[in-house]
Amino acid sequence: MTAIDFSTTIGNTWFPAPTFTASGCASSGRELAQFFPLREMGGIVTKSVMSKVRTGRPTPRMAETPSGMLNSIGLQGPGIDAFIAKDIPYLTEQKARIIVSIAGETVEEYSTLARKLRSVSGISAIEVNISCPNVENRGLVFACDPEASRRVIDGVRRTIGGELPIIAKLSPDVTDLVSIARGVVDAGADGLALINTVLGMVINVDTMRPHLGGKTGGLSGPAIRPIAVRAVYQVHAAMPNIPILGMGGIASGKDALEMILAGASGVSIGTASFGNPTAIMKIQNDLKQLLIDRGFTSLKQAIGYAHRLETESADA
Amino acid sequence: MSLINKSAAQLLAPIVSNKKVGQYHQIIINIGDLATLCKPGNFVAINVGGDSSSMILRRAFAISRVSISSTFGGTMEIIAAPHGQGSKWLCAQGEGVVLDIVAPLGTAFGIPTEPVPVLLVGGGYGSAPLFGLAEVLNARGCRVDMLLGASTASKIYAPMEGKRAVNSMRIYTEDGSMGQAGRVTDPISEIIKDLDIAVVYSCGPMAMLSAITKITDSHSVVHQCAVEEAMACGIGVCMTCVLPVENEDGTVSMLRSCIDGPVMDGSKVQWDLVGKPL
Repeated sequence: MTAIDFSTTIGNTWFPAPTFTASGCASSGRELAQFFPLREMGGIVTKSVMSKVRTGRPTPRMAETPSGMLNSIGLQGPGIDAFIAKDIPYLTEQKARIIVSIAGETVEEYSTLARKLRSVSGISAIEVNISCPNVENRGLVFACDPEASRRVIDGVRRTIGGELPIIAKLSPDVTDLVSIARGVVDAGADGLALINTVLGMVINVDTMRPHLGGKTGGLSGPAIRPIAVRAVYQVHAAMPNIPILGMGGIASGKDALEMILAGASGVSIGTASFGNPTAIMKIQNDLKQLLIDRGFTSLKQAIGYAHRLETESADA
Repeated sequence: MSLINKSAAQLLAPIVSNKKVGQYHQIIINIGDLATLCKPGNFVAINVGGDSSSMILRRAFAISRVSISSTFGGTMEIIAAPHGQGSKWLCAQGEGVVLDIVAPLGTAFGIPTEPVPVLLVGGGYGSAPLFGLAEVLNARGCRVDMLLGASTASKIYAPMEGKRAVNSMRIYTEDGSMGQAGRVTDPISEIIKDLDIAVVYSCGPMAMLSAITKITDSHSVVHQCAVEEAMACGIGVCMTCVLPVENEDGTVSMLRSCIDGPVMDGSKVQWDLVGKPL
């Protein structure tokens, strides 16, 4: 295989490969470790953790849809203390690069979570999930409100200090994604995770009621990929120097390449891992080969390549 | 390596045979040495629809039996009902078709250390994994009695050879079209008393498992049930297949039926809380 620099950087952190899990799709790594060594992917983005134990929403929590699925988990998790005590040491032992995803119900909760993580070693970055659609009240989605988004990121930035990169995870369910992205970057986000799931619903025609226990759910999988590509493309066009972790229905190396060309510095694999536990390793290998086939000598050359002027040639 | 999914492997496995048995399909898959790791209660997650399918999630099936023969090597048997789009696709695949499988997944039925009398209760094609279990229990020296139930005769899954490992098999249908008219739960209390049953094993719809738990709890008999809950991943990462289960300290947690189950202690599952917010 021809040599290629496959590495990427988010903020001041270097990753040997641009392929990550998506938060909420790999738990804290133990389940996937049977299928491949966790250190072989770019990094694990852990399931968004809150300050306390959370049981999540009632079942049914899932509905398969054409080329996608709706989920309504509601951030079930162990709480930050148990996460730091049990999951971080495990992942460190596996030599995985760790991006910790946090979620809160208030601006203060995010800051509290950041404070607890500040002194934990072995973390590569923090993802601030301000866009989970499965909270009790749709009004609680910070990422739909530019001012609330800015305040959360500002609070985390002040608490965590300048060292650890902060990645803000945003929702596509907004009228002006670029302005929200700009707001969180101004507040101190080093990178952006685009996109969270798209809010959806399935109605069971036998019971004639919403199928999910939580009524609404987040749509993921290949069905939302064009939305994600569009979001990454728009935000990269507006802020070409801000690293983006692109996600939303990536299921193949080709899909990952599309996201990189749109402007993502790295990709996250989520729902594809549900259907195939080794999806991320296949995508990582295929993406590398696709870049080589197109004459790129580094991943960085390909980031945002779809934005080049029409007069520029297709040669890398 | 992790303790979760510790025996599981992803494998391309060819179908050895696919036979229609009543309303169900008996599908035998060549899985090689993996057969030695599969225990009664474990399940397999199978990709459906082929490469360009819009069905992105695997389908989970109980492994009803494994065998190791000189002709085919290790094989597993699953019993599938062509109900949904995914299972219809699977049931239409013939000999030689290669399936992408992940197995064995989930917990297994616990086998008593002593040769105690046990009762196996199956609802619909939920009876399938009970026949492999019966063979293991029989080999342990347990007296094995079996009850099968369904709404109607065509939904009973009871292969002829399945009777070899059981002392008795009684069938109940709600419409009386096969065996005795009534519910499979009707005779359980009496059988527990008459045969001094130590463990009840069950597999079938949630309502049946819940009803059996009420009976076993009243007799202080152990109830190991294999639950059925909609799953997206089958390997513990998606958190969709949860059930409310009582912890040792009396609190209730949402446990994943894919890795903390499918075999669970029926008396710990909070059946009344299923589908309700905790």
